[in-house]
Amino acid sequence: MPDYMVLLYTPEKDEDERQTDRWADMPLWLELTESLRKAGLLVAHGPLHPVTAATTVRVRDGETELTDGPFAATKEVLAGYYVLRCADLDEALHHAARMPTARHGSVEVRPIMDMSEIPASGRA
Amino acid sequence: MTVTGRNGRGPWSADSAATAAVRVFHNERAAVLATLIRYVGDFQLAEDAVQDAFEAALATWRHDGVPENPGAWITVAARRRAIDRLRRDRSISERAERLAALLRLDQQEHPSMSEESEIGDDRLRLIFTCCHPALDIPARVALTLRTVGGLTTGEIARAFLVTEPTMGKRIVRAKRKIVDARIPYRVPAAEELPGRVRGVLRVVYLIFNEGYSASEGDRLVRGELCDEAIRLGRLVCELIPDEPEAWGLLSLMSLHDARRAARVDELGGYVTLADQDRSLWDEGRIGEGTHALGRAVRLGRPGPYQLQAAIAVAHMQAAGDDPRNWARIAELYGALGRLAPSPVVELNHATAIGFAYGADAGLERLGPLLNDPALERYQPLHATHAELLRRAGDVTGAVRAYERAIALSGNAVERAELDRRLESLTTARTQTGMSRELSKPAGVPRRSSGAAG
Repeated sequence: MPDYMVLLYTPEKDEDERQTDRWADMPLWLELTESLRKAGLLVAHGPLHPVTAATTVRVRDGETELTDGPFAATKEVLAGYYVLRCADLDEALHHAARMPTARHGSVEVRPIMDMSEIPASGRA
Repeated sequence: MTVTGRNGRGPWSADSAATAAVRVFHNERAAVLATLIRYVGDFQLAEDAVQDAFEAALATWRHDGVPENPGAWITVAARRRAIDRLRRDRSISERAERLAALLRLDQQEHPSMSEESEIGDDRLRLIFTCCHPALDIPARVALTLRTVGGLTTGEIARAFLVTEPTMGKRIVRAKRKIVDARIPYRVPAAEELPGRVRGVLRVVYLIFNEGYSASEGDRLVRGELCDEAIRLGRLVCELIPDEPEAWGLLSLMSLHDARRAARVDELGGYVTLADQDRSLWDEGRIGEGTHALGRAVRLGRPGPYQLQAAIAVAHMQAAGDDPRNWARIAELYGALGRLAPSPVVELNHATAIGFAYGADAGLERLGPLLNDPALERYQPLHATHAELLRRAGDVTGAVRAYERAIALSGNAVERAELDRRLESLTTARTQTGMSRELSKPAGVPRRSSGAAG
């Protein structure tokens, strides 16, 4: 079963507004997370601190460059994630649509590469 | 596409080999491919194996004669090519299991007999996967034409006016996403089926409209797109016969396509429905369209495609200008507007009301559309407005509306037609050349969402 990274993007708002939204949706999140856990799909999950806490790392010509903030400044910011182990994309999309974020932000679903499928020469 | 030998006048046996291969290609390729994909789990490998099998068929059949059951020959040959390719290609996931399953199948005496019922399901799996909503629309269209329809990448590229490498990349990217994201190869579950079926029909209709709109590009290639869309429509009807909208769409496409030859004159000018030479209409297509609509109606669940097909029938039956027929058309547009509201449907509804109950009634209905800023630059709205004003006797208003429509027209053929109407209004002022913009499929004006969207 492949793992899918479910990335939760929300419109950028000030922190107070964000907290209010978060508390309002909390029962939904708890119920959702519990049902994913019971179904045996939940690998990992977590809310993220706001983008003001983000640091972006790039190494260019051997020099490490640190940038304060997220990788790209956009209207929507990465607010949290789930890693779900699903049979196929349809199952992952089904659960992604259950995320409260899907209603006011966006949810991106990305398959995680299965390391065992990378040819032996590419592995340590 | 015609069933002819590729090498023209070759020796008899060579010609019949090519003829048989082309026939099997059209009739059975999708089914062979669909089943093979289920076994190997990889679109590209399965397609390559099927391609190999057809190439081998040409060579072998020319030499040994055409086998009794060419379809079965291709099935076995494609499977063996797939086994060879699986043995070589180590990147395929679950390679050992897939290889074992194919070898088991190959050892059965009549493998195709034992899984007859699965073949229909495989073709459905293939269609639903190609039209999966996780792929973007151009990718769905291209992949469906390539994989289900068997068109070459070059043919699809020419039809969509992009370069072959661009189209090739689009198709490769789609296939890669199917593998990497694990888009499942299956018929969707009952609860998602209606939405997914609508999605498939939408792809088929997009292919048809791309061919039908003929605003630019090679007309011949575009005609093939219409043919291909109708073939796909028939296939969907065969596989999901209890879906009335599938029959509705097949009917709609057939009825429009029946008039393909009559729509454009020798100089490329647009011929309105009323002026079309009915002897150019394709009786076979009209028969298929009428029959398909009958099938749909008997299922008792109306939908946007069925209503549009019924409207097309009403337009084609009425020669002349019978208000009773326009009242029927107005009623159908009313029903369509309730199921699938759109400005295009609303506009056509207003026109039909105008022709059925008098221009003033139509103009009243048109009022809200004329005040909608989103439609300000929508050419057909102004052309219709002009026509209704002309009928209401407001020549000055009609001239102004025609000028507005002409200014907004981006298509030479269309502009010439509007010029002609304006001219006939300002000079002769006779009641000639009734136009019926309505007879176009609702999806044609690309800026607006078509009725069946």
